[in-house]
Amino acid sequence: MKSVSAFLDRNARFIFPLPAILAILVLIVAPVLANFVLSLYDFFVGGSPVFIGVENYQRAFSDARVWNGIRNTFYFTFTAVPLQLALGIAIAVLFNRDFPGKGLARTAILLPMVATPVAIALIWALMFNPSLGVLNYFVESLGLPRSLWVAQSNLAIPSLVLVDTWQWSPMIALILLAAMQSVPAEHYEAARIDGASGWQSFWFITIPSIRSAIVVALILRAVDALKTFDIIYVITEGGPGIASETLNVLAFKTGFQFFHAGYAATLLIFLMFTVLGIAVLLNAIRRRV
Amino acid sequence: MSALASTTPERGSAAWARARAQRLKLLKNVGIAALIVATLAVMLFPFYWMVLTSLRSQVDNVSRIPVWFFTPTWANYRNVIARNDFLEFTWNSFVIAGLSTFFGLVLGLPAAYSIARFKQDGLALAILIARLTPYITYLVPWYLAFRALGLIDTYVALTLTHLIVGMPLIVWIMISFFENVPQDLEEAAFVDGATRIGAFWRVILPLSAPGIVAASILAFIFSWNQFLFSLVLSGPNTRPVPVAVFNFISYGQIDFGGLGAAAVLITLPVIILTLVIQRWIVTGLTMGAVKG
Repeated sequence: MKSVSAFLDRNARFIFPLPAILAILVLIVAPVLANFVLSLYDFFVGGSPVFIGVENYQRAFSDARVWNGIRNTFYFTFTAVPLQLALGIAIAVLFNRDFPGKGLARTAILLPMVATPVAIALIWALMFNPSLGVLNYFVESLGLPRSLWVAQSNLAIPSLVLVDTWQWSPMIALILLAAMQSVPAEHYEAARIDGASGWQSFWFITIPSIRSAIVVALILRAVDALKTFDIIYVITEGGPGIASETLNVLAFKTGFQFFHAGYAATLLIFLMFTVLGIAVLLNAIRRRV
Repeated sequence: MSALASTTPERGSAAWARARAQRLKLLKNVGIAALIVATLAVMLFPFYWMVLTSLRSQVDNVSRIPVWFFTPTWANYRNVIARNDFLEFTWNSFVIAGLSTFFGLVLGLPAAYSIARFKQDGLALAILIARLTPYITYLVPWYLAFRALGLIDTYVALTLTHLIVGMPLIVWIMISFFENVPQDLEEAAFVDGATRIGAFWRVILPLSAPGIVAASILAFIFSWNQFLFSLVLSGPNTRPVPVAVFNFISYGQIDFGGLGAAAVLITLPVIILTLVIQRWIVTGLTMGAVKG
């Protein structure tokens, strides 16, 4: 017994993390490697795999639906994230002051990001409903024409961006708010004495002080936006047609509706490299700011 | 205010300038208050609409002009609970979230301690990469493996996969907790003859209890909300609520009130838990990049 516990103590640095490392190897590393193998086979779930080399990759490069998926993924991400950043900064500035009910207000803006995504997606789907949805009621009350929202091809992604922005701008706001609160009050005081306007102290004090928080928020949001699944799948299932089908949704359908596991693995490798590549790129930017 | 109440001061005088500055300040405060209220209104409206929809009759729900005032009915909740085995789905969600959180703690706490104590930054980075990689990347091989093992539609498959959601969260939150436990306390335990495991169990963990509670609740919420894994790996025996509700819209006519009631029932536990640990939500969502 004594020698066992001595052994455990001596090797604690290996033994403590061992179960977690094993879980990561089995549940994460192995599937990623398996995808590389699968991508070399023509393999339908339940069928027998046929080795085809890089044919899946060749097929993916000339597959218009894949390009549509890539375009939609980037369109969604690069509309949603800048919009959320702008709104997130605005909300953070707005909330970075004392007002009655401040604590409650901060709790309230947490709700969109913690509520079950399926529930949120359902409610937005009801609100988007072209004939009965409350959004068209608001639009009409403002004297604007009714919209088909997600039911119209060229509005499907912008409508989904709206949902994503509602859901995630508060997260950016709360990240930046935490950063803003650590800016020393003396800096603002000094700027005020020097005659700086509110706008000037925002631009020359606030923004430079929180820039690393901005980049962290950008990395997290960009990575999550690229792999958004729940709200897209529940609200549009990639439709109408394939108008809002992102790479993520296409890979899901390829794997679990068409059961084409080999081709799905190929698309997943592509998605994984896209997401991790953008994470690495943004992280390189973070080191420079 | 006194400046406003008194007779109008002469234009250009010091009193006039003061009054003007005060009026501007008041105007600015009113504007800010309006913006704050508007922000909150936008953020909360979908939840408000969810609750209204769940309490309205089908006739009111399909009215072209929204019905804002009505006599609430519980019929939608009764229907959802009766017709869709809702309690069974809720139980499934509890079991999966509970088990995956439990195993997330069993695996995650020692790993977090080790990362904090032995400065294993490489391991921390590996766990972060696991969080950044799209979940769907793992899903095709998992599906094939679980299918081959006959584990589709079992708690085993769902617990194992949900572990990947909860464990990284637990590790990243607990690293900073363990770093803040003074090393002296641990060394005192060693002097008293405690082994490292003994010190971890009797000194470190009790001191980190608040962090463990927060991390567990976060892991539970994320598993409860998980949709993708459950969509593929669950079945009639293990279906958790989000998937059940999603199926509920795929079949049958659009029962607005039923959807509203189901949405409220899934979200309610999450909101209650959020209120308990609100300080930790952003920390969890950002994998510790932002301290609560």
